[in-house]
Formats: sequence, C-alpha cells, structure tokens
Amino acid sequence: MAQMNMVQAINSALDVMLGRDPRVVVFGEDVGYFGGVFRCTDGLQRKYGEHRVLDTPIAEGGIVAAAIGMGVNGLRPVAEIQFADYIYPAFDQIVSELARLRYRTAGDYSAPVTIRTPCGGGIRGGQTHSQSPEGVFTHVCGIKVVMPSNPYDAKGLLISSIEDEDPVVFFEPKRIYNGPFDGDPHKPAVPWSTHPKGEVPEGHYAIPIGKAEIVRPGKDVTILTYGTMVHVAEAAVQLAGVDAEIVDVRTMVPLDVDTLCTSVCKTGRCVIAHEATRFSGFGAELSATVQEECFWHLEAPIQRVTGWDTPYPHAFEWDYFPGPARIAAALRGVMEAR
Amino acid sequence: MTQSRLHVPHPPARPGEKPDFSYLEIPPAGREPRPDTLAPALEIERLGTGMVRVLDEQGHAVGAWNPHLEPEDLQVALRHMLLTRHFDERMQRMQRQGRISFYMKSTGEEAVAVAQAMALEPGDMLFPSYRTQGLFIVRGKSLVDLMCQCLSNTRDMCRGRQMPIMYHWAEGNIFSISGNLATQFPQAVGWAMAAAIKGEDRIAATWIGEGSSAEADFHHAMTFAAVYQAPVILNVVNNQWAISSFQGFAGGERRTFAQRGPGYGIPGVRVDGNDFLAVYAVTRWAAERARASGGPTLIEHVTYRAAAHSTSDDPSRYRPKEEWQAWPLGDPITRLKNHLIALGEWSEERHAALEKELEAHVTACWKEAVTYGTLTEGPTLDPVSMFEDVFHDMPPHLKRQREELRRLLAAQHAAAAAQVPDGEG
Ligand SMILES: Cc1ncc(C[n+]2csc(CCOP(=O)(O)OP(=O)(O)O)c2C)c(N)n1
Ligand SMILES: [Mg+2]
Repeated sequence: MAQMNMVQAINSALDVMLGRDPRVVVFGEDVGYFGGVFRCTDGLQRKYGEHRVLDTPIAEGGIVAAAIGMGVNGLRPVAEIQFADYIYPAFDQIVSELARLRYRTAGDYSAPVTIRTPCGGGIRGGQTHSQSPEGVFTHVCGIKVVMPSNPYDAKGLLISSIEDEDPVVFFEPKRIYNGPFDGDPHKPAVPWSTHPKGEVPEGHYAIPIGKAEIVRPGKDVTILTYGTMVHVAEAAVQLAGVDAEIVDVRTMVPLDVDTLCTSVCKTGRCVIAHEATRFSGFGAELSATVQEECFWHLEAPIQRVTGWDTPYPHAFEWDYFPGPARIAAALRGVMEAR
Repeated sequence: MTQSRLHVPHPPARPGEKPDFSYLEIPPAGREPRPDTLAPALEIERLGTGMVRVLDEQGHAVGAWNPHLEPEDLQVALRHMLLTRHFDERMQRMQRQGRISFYMKSTGEEAVAVAQAMALEPGDMLFPSYRTQGLFIVRGKSLVDLMCQCLSNTRDMCRGRQMPIMYHWAEGNIFSISGNLATQFPQAVGWAMAAAIKGEDRIAATWIGEGSSAEADFHHAMTFAAVYQAPVILNVVNNQWAISSFQGFAGGERRTFAQRGPGYGIPGVRVDGNDFLAVYAVTRWAAERARASGGPTLIEHVTYRAAAHSTSDDPSRYRPKEEWQAWPLGDPITRLKNHLIALGEWSEERHAALEKELEAHVTACWKEAVTYGTLTEGPTLDPVSMFEDVFHDMPPHLKRQREELRRLLAAQHAAAAAQVPDGEG
C-alpha cells in the first residue's frame, strides 16, 4: 500500500479509471495541462492525452451540459467544477437535465456523469471559496451525493461514482486535502501519513455508494457527520470526555438509514454536525430521519451543530466554523438532558 | 470514410519554449479610421478585426483616434498607473509576509482601468472585475481604504466579509466586485437600462477577462444590451491568460473577442490595451455613442497579464517565463512615459522622483492602514457583526444564533483569562 494524501488519492482514482475504461474522460477549468488548481489531475493529460483529459472554457453550465452530451454518447465524463462556490452557473443543467434525464425518457437516455468539486472552508477563502452546498443537491431527485472524509474513502468512492450508472456530485472537502484537520487552526498541520486512512492501495478498489461508516464506536451518543467535520467531531469527543459513536455518513444520497439509525437507537442520543449552514441544511434531513426511525429510543432532543446562517465571512472564519468546542457543548447538552 | 477529430487549442508556447506572439496581427499606430459615433454597428465591423492604436514606436500620438489630451492630463494618468503598480507591488509583498490572505495584481494592464475611468464621467456607474483596481484609484478612493479592505480590519468597507480586493464604493459609483466570474456583465446592462428608463445621461461600464467571456452571463449581457440598446460599455480585457488557459480556450483562436459584437448587432472595437491614448479615445467614442442613445459598445482590450494570476498561482508551470518581455505591445507605463518625454513634458529625473514619491505614499498609507488592525493583530471587528446585513432586519433565527456566538466568545475569553498564570497579570 502507498501513503497518499487526498489529492493523490483522487488523482489515483482518476488514473485507475482512465487506464481501465476508455470511455472515461476528465475535464474542467485548468484541469488538463496544468493539472488542476488543487493538482488533483496532475500528470493525467501527459499520460492519457488531451482527448481524454481536457481543459475547458470557463463556463460551468457548458461543462456540465457537455458532460451530459458526452454521457449520452457513450462516454463516462468526470467533470471538475473548480470550487463548489462556482457550481451555480451549472444549476439548471444539473437539476433540470442531468438529474431527470433517465426519468423523463423512461430509461431510454441517461448520462453517467461524475461532477467533482472542492467544498468547505478553513482556507481563508471568504464567501466564494468556502461553501458547502451539498444540501442544495440532496434536495434534487435523481443525483447521488457523496462526500469523503479521508484519502482511502475518497479513492474508493470516486471509483464507485465513475462506475455508477447515475450522476454523482462528489464533494471534496478541500481543508483536508493535505491532512486531517481537527478544527484547531493554531495547531501545526498534520499530514495524512500519520492517519491510518492515508494508506491507499495503488490499484482498483471500490467503496460502495450508500454505505456509512462507524469511524469510532461508542455507547453514550451518536454523532452523525461527514467530510472535514468527522475529524473535528473526534476532537470534540476528547474535549467532552463522552463515549460517542461517530458515524461518517459518506453518502448523503442514497442515505444509509440502517447504519445511522441502528447507532442512534443503540446510544439513544444524537448530535448532527456539518459545516454547511443550518436552515434547511442536510442536518435537517438527518434529524427528521432519526426522529422517524428512533423516536422511542431517544433520551434527549437531537442537536445540530452547523455553520451559522450567514455567508462564510472572511475575517471570522474560526468564529463561523463549527469547531470542537461547539460540538462538545452539544455533546454535553444531550448527555445532561433528562 | 471521414472521421471527425477533436480540436484542442494549444498556446503558442509552454514553459521551456520560445515565446511566440505571431498569432497577433498588430497594425501600425494611426491606421484605423475613426467613424462617426453614431455609425451603424454593421458598417464599422472592421473595428473588431483591426486594432486602434495611437502611440507609435517613437512615442508620438498619431491618427484619427488621437484624443489630443493636455500634457497635464497625461501626467495625471501616468501618476495613476504608477500608483496602481506600486500599490499592487506592496500588497503582494504584504501577502507574502502573511499580513493579508490573498492578492491579485493588475501589472501590465494598468492602462485599461486608468484610461477608462478618466474617460468616463464621475456619475457613470462602473461594474468592475477583480483586476481593475485602477478604477478606484482614478476615482479617488484612498489607498488606506483599499488596504483596510484587504486587511479585513476595523475600517474595512466590507466589514470583514470578503476576501481581499473585493472592494466596492457606493459614493464613488463603483459596484461590488464578485468572486463569481462574469456576473457583473449583465448587471451593468440592467443598470444602464434603468438609466434609460429614467431618462438620465449617466451610462454604465463593465469589465470581464477574456476567459470569463465564456460564461453564459456574457451572452446575457450582449443580448439584453442589444435588444434594449442600453447605454453601456462592455469591456473584455484580453490579457491572453485565464489562470493556465490561454485565450484560445475562450474562443479567441479564429475570431477576435471584439468581433462577437456585430453578431449581436453591437459595434465591437479592438484596441491596443497598453496604449493609454487609444483606450482613452475608444472609451470616449463609446461613451458619446451611449449617451446619444446610440446603444452599447463592446471593447476588446488587447493586453498581457504580466504577473501571476494571484498569490496562489505559479505561472512558470504553464507559460514561458520570458513571455512578458516578448510581449509586442510593451508596458503601458513605459509607453506613456516615453510619449510624455517625446512631448518634452517629462524626464527620467521627474519619473524617478515620482516613483519615489509614490512609494513613500504607499508606505505611509500602509502604516496607517495597519493601525486599524490586521488579520492577526488588533483592533479587530466584533465577530458577532457577521449576522448583520444578511437581511435588512435581522430575523429571529439569526438573533438567536448571534446570542449563541456571544455566549461562546464570552466563555472562550473567560477560559483564556483563567489560563494566565498568577503573578503575570
Ligand atoms: C464562476 C466562476 N468560475 C470559476 C472561477 C475561478 N476563477 C477565478 S479567476 C479565473 C480565471 C479568469 O480569467 P480571465 O477571465 O481571463 O480574467 P483574468 O484573471 O485574466 O483577469 C477562474 C477560472 C470563478 N471565480 N468563478
Ligand atoms: Mg484573462
């Protein structure tokens, strides 16, 4: 096995799929010659040629629309949107077209498109380089939504996304590209080589879409979370001194209700944490699901810890980010509730 | 049997290769005729294929487009361009030292913003891109204010909410810069439509990079501007690069960007963007046309992005290091300076003195700006202010969240205070 950070793991997934499947094409702004502004496609154009790994015009609507057309014509497009904050020009193509093509043609047409896009804050990117819009896409019927929290999952889930017959929006939490981040910006950066999930096989492997993972078993309370916040939750558990079970949701659509709710029914308590804003965020769906499935097992009201309902402010990044202290407070809160 | 084959544009040179700008046809200065400002768009199509140039190789102003500016105005222009360059240099250095989080320079293309802001009236509304800081400088926004925005400090016009360089200036009639490319282009058209609805003589102007002209918003702007004959100047700043992609990836390989205008029924004018006089003259022409109900103009400014895309970028990975030296349209500051010298209105000594003066000015401004705080040193903005301005009146859920943050911050301060060892207080 090799040591990989998340950028290398994503690169490796693309490399494997370009090598295995001649239908796979990879494209986006600065993706080809340059290898992507986050280097996720570094070296791939040189290896597979400029008909398989392409630069595109700066037009997100065009990128997704072209991906749909290519998908309909037998390719397996993997499109990069440079930042999730810039996915909105493609919204109509994703919502009205990509998501519904199979449905409206009764299965005669479909496009197996994967849209990769970096999301999340913590890099001083202000409101246009920090958003987590996953909830916007989970509300659309017909697309799968994935967000890995480590290199091993990133590669396995990206391979599954590319192999999937349905369109997938694949969010990459950019703050953890280079290492796990526990929510304390003042601590020195930790590389992925220190983390067991930084061990990544070189070849092909798949992690199934629709499967959550228990990353820390515990008996007192369940934390449902994903992306960067998985690591922040681990720090919060230390801080609060509770025996929490952390469930990495990994796939938001389709949701692994079984794993999530089995855990909550066991612990009887639930804290939900995501970086995205709170109101109508994906946490609301998680909370409703837990209420429906686990009501008679709950010993405390479900709590959500999220970004505030404001745009991501440049100067107050760490007052905005739902850090370990806020999650720890919620953990204590659900433990005290009687 | 025939087979189609995908064409993938290639820049003329990549790192390690010799810079090659032979794709640019550069006519001699003074060649293009200057049509009547109300000439029908389709009769002046050649303005989109040629290149309006006024300054010749000897630094003389020639041809019908010469705006015949007074030497004093040219000296002011030189000062604005030089100040823009020194400001950029300083802010880049401050980013390197970790004082600000990010920066984008306009080096090599200062003539575009400076000449256009000078050619327009103070009441005209500007919808800038992130590489047109010269607009703020010409309109008189103090450098201290611009620096405070970059510092996200207590005097920041955006109150800490935006990344550096995303300025705005309501009193100066300059709109807010967005991080999302091209959005301002059709917005400027709407502003101009409102001016026409209200029967004002104010016009709008807006800027995007050639790369951003691929966005659908470019098409929206052109269509609305043409349909309503809106009084707006639509500027495409073709600085040859969009991060690592050369202008061919925005559709510049077979047609100029200006040539898109006539397709919409809008005049397209291509101008030497490093020639202050040419940019000024073309802008005056378009402004006169717009004010006289002649409708919109698309202007392509041919220039070169001499610096990195931003402080996060390393251009040596995708273009030859010497490209800027090989750029055939030169440096806009040097060209205006040489013109003034040729006129007998400037000298190397005066130039050196001006540079020294501006550098000292920038230094003084920076010293003042940091007294209002930096990202790491006080004074700082109150974080709970982040909940303001989401709405006009703060709704209850935001008030609740604001209280929660207040309590959290108070707890943090109490915990920090408790950690100060005894005897040190
Ligand atoms: C909608 C959107 N897509 C992508 C980006 C990322 N991005 C920022 S600047 C840039 C290149 C723009 O190039 P150009 O328009 O030529 O302007 P220049 O930087 O050359 O001034 C890109 C792709 C963005 N900010 N917004
Ligand atoms: Mg450009």
